[in-house]
Amino acid sequence: MAQAPVLPRGFELPLEPRLPRIGSVDAVALEERAASLARRSIKRDAKVFALDLAVRMMDLTTLEGQDTPGKVAALASKAIRPDPSDLDVPSVAAICVYPNLVPTAVSRVEGSTVKVASVATAFPSGQSPLEAKLEEVRWVVEHRADEVDMVIDRGAFLSGRYAKVYDEIVRVKEACGDAHLKVILEVAELGTYDNVRRASLLAMAAGADFIKTSTGKLPGAATLPVTLCMLEAIRDVYEETGRMVGMKPAGGIRQAKQAVQYLVQLHETLGPAWLTPDLYRLGASSLLNDVLMQLRKEKTGAYQSPDYFTVD
Amino acid sequence: MTELERKQERTPVPKEWTYAPAPEARDVVSLRERYGHFVGGEWIDPAESYTTISPADEEPLAEVGQATPEEVAAAVTAARDAFENGWSEISPAERAKYLFRIARILQERSREFAVLESLNGGKPIKESRDVDLPLAAAHFFYYAGWADKLEYAFPNRRPRPLGVAGQIIPWNFPLLMLAWKIAPALAAGNTVVLKPAETTPLSALLFCDVVRQAEIPAGVVNIVTGDGRTGVEIVKAEDVDKIAFTGSTEVGKAIQRELAGSGKKLTLELGGKAANIIFDDAALDQAVEGIVNGIYFNQGHVCCAGSRLLVQESIYEPVVEKLKRRLTTLRVGDPLDKNTDVGAINSKQQLEKIQELVSSGEEEGAEIYQPPCRLPEKGYWFAPTVFTNVAQSYRIAQEEIFGPVLSILTFRTPEEAVEKANNTPYGLSAGVWTEKGSRILWMAERLRAGVVWANTYNRFDPSSPFGGYKESGFGREGGRHGLEPYLQFDGSETFGG
Repeated sequence: MAQAPVLPRGFELPLEPRLPRIGSVDAVALEERAASLARRSIKRDAKVFALDLAVRMMDLTTLEGQDTPGKVAALASKAIRPDPSDLDVPSVAAICVYPNLVPTAVSRVEGSTVKVASVATAFPSGQSPLEAKLEEVRWVVEHRADEVDMVIDRGAFLSGRYAKVYDEIVRVKEACGDAHLKVILEVAELGTYDNVRRASLLAMAAGADFIKTSTGKLPGAATLPVTLCMLEAIRDVYEETGRMVGMKPAGGIRQAKQAVQYLVQLHETLGPAWLTPDLYRLGASSLLNDVLMQLRKEKTGAYQSPDYFTVD
Repeated sequence: MTELERKQERTPVPKEWTYAPAPEARDVVSLRERYGHFVGGEWIDPAESYTTISPADEEPLAEVGQATPEEVAAAVTAARDAFENGWSEISPAERAKYLFRIARILQERSREFAVLESLNGGKPIKESRDVDLPLAAAHFFYYAGWADKLEYAFPNRRPRPLGVAGQIIPWNFPLLMLAWKIAPALAAGNTVVLKPAETTPLSALLFCDVVRQAEIPAGVVNIVTGDGRTGVEIVKAEDVDKIAFTGSTEVGKAIQRELAGSGKKLTLELGGKAANIIFDDAALDQAVEGIVNGIYFNQGHVCCAGSRLLVQESIYEPVVEKLKRRLTTLRVGDPLDKNTDVGAINSKQQLEKIQELVSSGEEEGAEIYQPPCRLPEKGYWFAPTVFTNVAQSYRIAQEEIFGPVLSILTFRTPEEAVEKANNTPYGLSAGVWTEKGSRILWMAERLRAGVVWANTYNRFDPSSPFGGYKESGFGREGGRHGLEPYLQFDGSETFGG
């Protein structure tokens, strides 16, 4: 068999044969569609369903230089039992912390359904040597993190070195072993929806279990249009390969109303099969209490003072 | 196992998410039992009446007049009086003031009008709220701005008003079409006699309230209701200087025959069978949204609806798959529910026409697809429909269906797309979906259509002229062009169109 010629730069994207064509995204129409889905009116039972689901899908996050074992312990308690006065409120999906705090987090959520996610690979910039990133991933997995949230190398992506980005994800995936891999695209640094789509497909091709919008460290994190753009890429991969990849918008989601909008968008783009914490997460640090407050309001008919909800 | 774990086992993740009904409140609208005609600033009792209903459940809403020849004549006389004795004399800035008032009142009362529009016409409240009402107000704002600048719109041509305009509008966008007609006519200094469509008279009748509220001089705006017979009287009336008609090509042709040689000016905005053309490099998910918006917006009751989908053959399968899946998420039902995407068919007659054309499509050999959806038992309903395997010669590819029915054809090259798109007696609009800018321009040059949308569809703005080629009519509405049919110019002959 003749040797295939080496592809010129830019054609090196090593997609699996059955992945969808990369295609393009029309920004105006995408934003219009996202805005029209956000206008759905979700009331009563449907709202309770959404708020309950939002809690189940939440990755309760703290990623600060000032994080301490005490802070993480408090977060873990909140994650397990978000509303001590209402046992019908489920636990959140996971708590998301820095590597150093993984051991504390793991011991604190032991015996509950709450998982521990750790950011890794030189979060948030990703500007470290591959070996150092892999070492970090192996370390958090050894310390029993269930999920790893890695960042892609945006420097490589934006300079067209897609193969480097791809290879790195493949290597991190190997290092993860059984841990679930979420790949953070950091959409605010990618500049266009076309790039977001390209990076989404690339991450999925390289083995991501989830794709995730943002580190939460930059302004302009998750938005409804950018999340829709990623959901559409997930849908194309599903239609071509049957593989179900998860989605995690993160950063900037602070109100229950926004959470409901994200879930409507998910519901009407990927369908009911994706309405599970196994395939969708909301990354947030300050969303939970607003959701709890709205849930209580739907159940009791009245708003209660924020003083009734614990600040952790 | 802790108590909490047991609790969590008992409350597994629920599977189904059904949106609870989210109806817009009806009580913002208070309807009278009976309406007359609005002539010379007063309500006159009609000699004959009929009942107007809600097409969503056939509920009777009100009795409205079926204008007789005498009543139409009275309206025309009132309009003539108002034109001769005041309206043509007042300063253009004064006219602008009245139009600005109407625009603001429409904005203030937009919820009321939106609910009424959905109630009487069957269109989803989200469309009447987010499209019809904002655009209607925008139209008045836009033409209010022109009222005292006509000489700048037509430099060196000395524009003057025509006199009385007779205006006949359709049922698909009742208030918006009223705005398209009345705003430029008044801005140019004419008075009007307007007839709303037989099935959707109520928003025009409520608009008479706005006319009074804005203190428009009596007789400047006259509204008569009724069916085609009333329309005929308006067209024939001696003292009408101009007819503006939006509706079917068949009626448009009859009007044109009637007016031949009469010296009355005429503009016609008629049917369409627009091609929505998808090239293989288009952003597919957004193109699918554009297809849906093109044909299912307002139940396809849109003269510029993208009712023929031309897909480049290389992407035919993914486009059809994506489209079918998207159709399953369309929410068909109560027009007043804020989550409804597709409402009721406007009338029994229209439903029958759609049914007839759809069965002809099946008989001719096209393959039909309708998403599973439960239609209400009462009222007039038709599920969103897609036809594949459609040949250019089928009736569903040729005739205007004016319903939520899409015919899909394929093409191989840009030349073939143009040829197929233009192969119709109509020429109102077209859509082009491609990421290639040069191809958009190349297509737009060759498509024989009044509007060519690129990577979007059904997008309107008062500043943009709208109108047809060929049997889709003549004359333009919107923009500076939309003033011209309501003006005559000193020292130059005026043309019929």
